Amino acid sequence: MLFALRDVTYRRGARVILSALTVELQEGMTALVGPSGAGKSTLLRLLNRLADPDGGTIHYRGRDVRDYEVLELRREVALVPQLPALLPGSVADNVHYGPGLCGRQCDVDRALALAGLDGSFAERAAQRLSVGEQQRVMLARALALEPSVLLLDEPTAALDEHSRDAVERTLLDLHARLSAAMVVVTHDRAQARRLGERVLVLDGGRIQPHPQAVSA
Amino acid sequence: MIAAIHLSPGQVAASLVLVGVAALVSVWQRADLERDIAVATVRSFVQLTAIGYVIKVIFDQNNLAFVIALLAAMVLFGSITARGRAKRVPGAFWPLLLALALAGSTTLGLVVALGVFKPQARYLVPVGGMVIGNAMTAAAVALNRLGDDVADGAAQIEATLALGATASQAMRPLLKRSLRSGMIPLIDSTKTTGLIFFPGTMVGMLLAGAAPIDAVRLQLVLLYVLLGSVALAALTAVHIGYRNFFTEAHQLRELPQPLA
Repeated sequence: MLFALRDVTYRRGARVILSALTVELQEGMTALVGPSGAGKSTLLRLLNRLADPDGGTIHYRGRDVRDYEVLELRREVALVPQLPALLPGSVADNVHYGPGLCGRQCDVDRALALAGLDGSFAERAAQRLSVGEQQRVMLARALALEPSVLLLDEPTAALDEHSRDAVERTLLDLHARLSAAMVVVTHDRAQARRLGERVLVLDGGRIQPHPQAVSA
Repeated sequence: MIAAIHLSPGQVAASLVLVGVAALVSVWQRADLERDIAVATVRSFVQLTAIGYVIKVIFDQNNLAFVIALLAAMVLFGSITARGRAKRVPGAFWPLLLALALAGSTTLGLVVALGVFKPQARYLVPVGGMVIGNAMTAAAVALNRLGDDVADGAAQIEATLALGATASQAMRPLLKRSLRSGMIPLIDSTKTTGLIFFPGTMVGMLLAGAAPIDAVRLQLVLLYVLLGSVALAALTAVHIGYRNFFTEAHQLRELPQPLA
């Protein structure tokens, strides 16, 4: 079992975002679909402890996430946020940032290639790239950590149809080449079916009773 | 010895004509500042008169315990005032209190240890007041910038935390910018002093009849002392204050709403 959530509740002020949520996420590729404000992004943030729930427990591969050293957990369970948020500097600086924090080297060209970018991007100014390119650099930056799990929050939300299809192909290719598990959050049900080996529907802070299972 | 200037209450009252000018400008331009001008005028009169008598007692006693009590009160009220300007920083009072206390005690301790001023009330009270006042402004400006930058850059900070950065690592560029914001105004005014404006201490000494070179030397000492204290205050405030944005698990807390 990749993640097991039991009675997870999360509030923001007076608003309940997740309400006694119980769900299990399997290894492989899971798509989490639901309308805006359903709590999908919040759920991802709970999985690598960018936030903690107000109630309930979350287990990652059999252990409570709070029993992991939090920074190691975030390197192992890497999250790619919805909006590009790159650091000033070159693409290579950004890709190297995560591994550099713990004194590790990384192969920038390989990370870029996995994210569908060629090596010529390495020395370009990260914040001057198009949104689609920045999204791929965000993916490369997470892949440079060599994570065991990738959490992708609306990876194509800001992209046009052509770029969206290209990123989807990259994700499917990544899934085939790497052993990393993936949890992809999307508001697009068709995309969820294209990407997910399993599709879970989150609405109103709860998983809907009949998750739609699809084959890869 | 500097010849003291004695001003009669009538002379002080005469200077109120200029307050009248300020009020007229406000009315004419509909700036709606008349009430603020009146409050500022009355408060400055009451506060300065009161502190004048307090300082007189402290000078007469020349007791270091009284000096320390007065400076501690300035640190306390300075922290409360500065907290009002750093509304977006949760729990800003304690970082500010520590920043002002550290800046004041370190700076005054050093100038006494170096023999620049004697450990007497007539030196420590005015210099301490200037140090704490400038430290308050610098710390408040730095924390205000920090609060704005965290609110504007929350997505960037979380993205960096998600890569395994500690709160300190994620905040490094913001801390640098906040520190600069707190220090730059005094650095700039120090650069232009004597060219564009005459600082208050020097003006006061010249008016009191001191030799220009003596006035300049004292002003230089104070400017250099203030540079050190402002740096310490801004550094302490931002490096302690930023921690309140995070949990122990390096999570960005929900940002507080600014007070109305």
